[in-house]
Amino acid sequence: MIPAGLPRLESAGLDGWLVRLFDAIDETNLAWITALVRDCESAFGAALVDLVPSYTTLLVIFDPRVLTPAEARGRLQSLLADLAPDPQAEDAPVRELPTWYDERVGPELPRLAERAGLTEAEVVERHGAVTYRVYALGFAPGFAFMGSVDERLETPRLETPRKRVPAGSVGIAGRQTAAYPAVSPGGWNLIGRTAAVLFDRDRAGFSLLRVGDRVRFVPVERDEFERLGGDARPMEEGR
Amino acid sequence: MRQETVTGLSVERAGPLALLQDAGRFGVRRLGVTQGGPADVHAWAWANHLVGNAWGAGALEVTFGGLALKAARDLSLALCGADLGATLDDDPLAPWRGFRMRAGQVLRFAQPTSGLRAYLAVAGGFRADPVLGSLSCVVREGLGGHDGQGRPLAEGDRLAVGPGAKKGPRGKAVPVEERPDYDAVPRLALLPGAQVAEFEGASLHAAFGQAWTVDDRADRMGVRLLGPRLRCRLTSLISEGLGLGAVQVPPDGQPIALLNDRQTIGGYPRLGALTPLACARLAQCPPGREVRLAAVSAERALAEYRRFRAKFG
Repeated sequence: MIPAGLPRLESAGLDGWLVRLFDAIDETNLAWITALVRDCESAFGAALVDLVPSYTTLLVIFDPRVLTPAEARGRLQSLLADLAPDPQAEDAPVRELPTWYDERVGPELPRLAERAGLTEAEVVERHGAVTYRVYALGFAPGFAFMGSVDERLETPRLETPRKRVPAGSVGIAGRQTAAYPAVSPGGWNLIGRTAAVLFDRDRAGFSLLRVGDRVRFVPVERDEFERLGGDARPMEEGR
Repeated sequence: MRQETVTGLSVERAGPLALLQDAGRFGVRRLGVTQGGPADVHAWAWANHLVGNAWGAGALEVTFGGLALKAARDLSLALCGADLGATLDDDPLAPWRGFRMRAGQVLRFAQPTSGLRAYLAVAGGFRADPVLGSLSCVVREGLGGHDGQGRPLAEGDRLAVGPGAKKGPRGKAVPVEERPDYDAVPRLALLPGAQVAEFEGASLHAAFGQAWTVDDRADRMGVRLLGPRLRCRLTSLISEGLGLGAVQVPPDGQPIALLNDRQTIGGYPRLGALTPLACARLAQCPPGREVRLAAVSAERALAEYRRFRAKFG
């Protein structure tokens, strides 16, 4: 449920309102946020410029030539008065990310296992056992912040981020997990690599994952990973 | 539909950073894709306007200078924004004007004498295949630009131009009152945000009463401002969507104004958001420049923005 005092509309500039729906991260937030995304799309029509859903909020960007901030606020208030959680949110299809867990492509796997007091196989099992939810996209196109990882696997970010993390790298930061869609700098603890293509400019919808999606990492051996198009080159020479 | 394009200019020498920019990339921010678009929308819009292009045509954003372009054919162009010591062949070329290049002529940018970013528009617009609906070049994301891969211009690149607008140029020069004095200390209009109440009173007094200095950590993602340390009762938040111009304050108390290539979400408390035209003005401030923040009402900011957009149809 939406807590007392919320939702609240906060000014986000001339062309935006930030709708604050919740004050804490919870999986049950997502059905409300995805419902509001859908409602905004139909209520704002061509006046809608962009939507940025995140853990507890939705940023709504509108065209200030068409609507004044007060008019946009009024539309949002009437949407919020009738807002109901998306009944289909729990039935979202599960996206499977075939992942090769190996020290050669996931250099923090041994350290993470040691820290958790688990074997590497147990780390893989626990990481693959959870059906994650996508709470937000950000940092880079198609980069999905997912939660929540098994509490034994909770690990702070690297003190010094890597300059170059290969595409497909699967990592953990805190109790979140993610896969890097493209080569980028990054500070997550890497434990493997997925063969899934997370962002493709030539594919309809572009991003494999969206806020609210359900996701599982499916452990695969190296042969299968490569057969699926995964890049098995180790970190040092990986693309 | 394939657009009719021809090579208009070739790159003789690449400067530090020259990027193709249309109005920006919209509708995909929920996928983590940034907005892009011209850092100085004011100068970009005037450059396109002078050559007769509709709002949104692709123009070149030339940062710092250094670039040299050779005309492959006769072209009608306009240069607005920073004075980067441009010359056409060897004749000085002042900004805020339309001009013509004959095939073979070379346009060279030296270094900034006033402002940081110049905008070069061509009648018909610079053309490229749009990526995610836009040709705006975002280097960090590898999206857009003349080759679609988010690369800045490099020596040997060829820039395609569309067929010239039928109406032709809309005048020779931008009215003088529309040309900002980039050497003056700007007052950057800021709409206070909801978290402004979480800042200590003395910090708010300082934020709007004292001068800020543009740090050398300044790029198309954001501009860091150095000055009094701002203290906020909130330290970090759960990440949430960031609009253009959002002024976030990390724990070191030094604000960062977020510009076109900012990340889509972030978790620091915010003073509010600069208006689009304040962002444009900030984008012309070199490191070391003094700026001031001035709170404005949404009504006033909206009226200013609508007046600005109305000039360009």
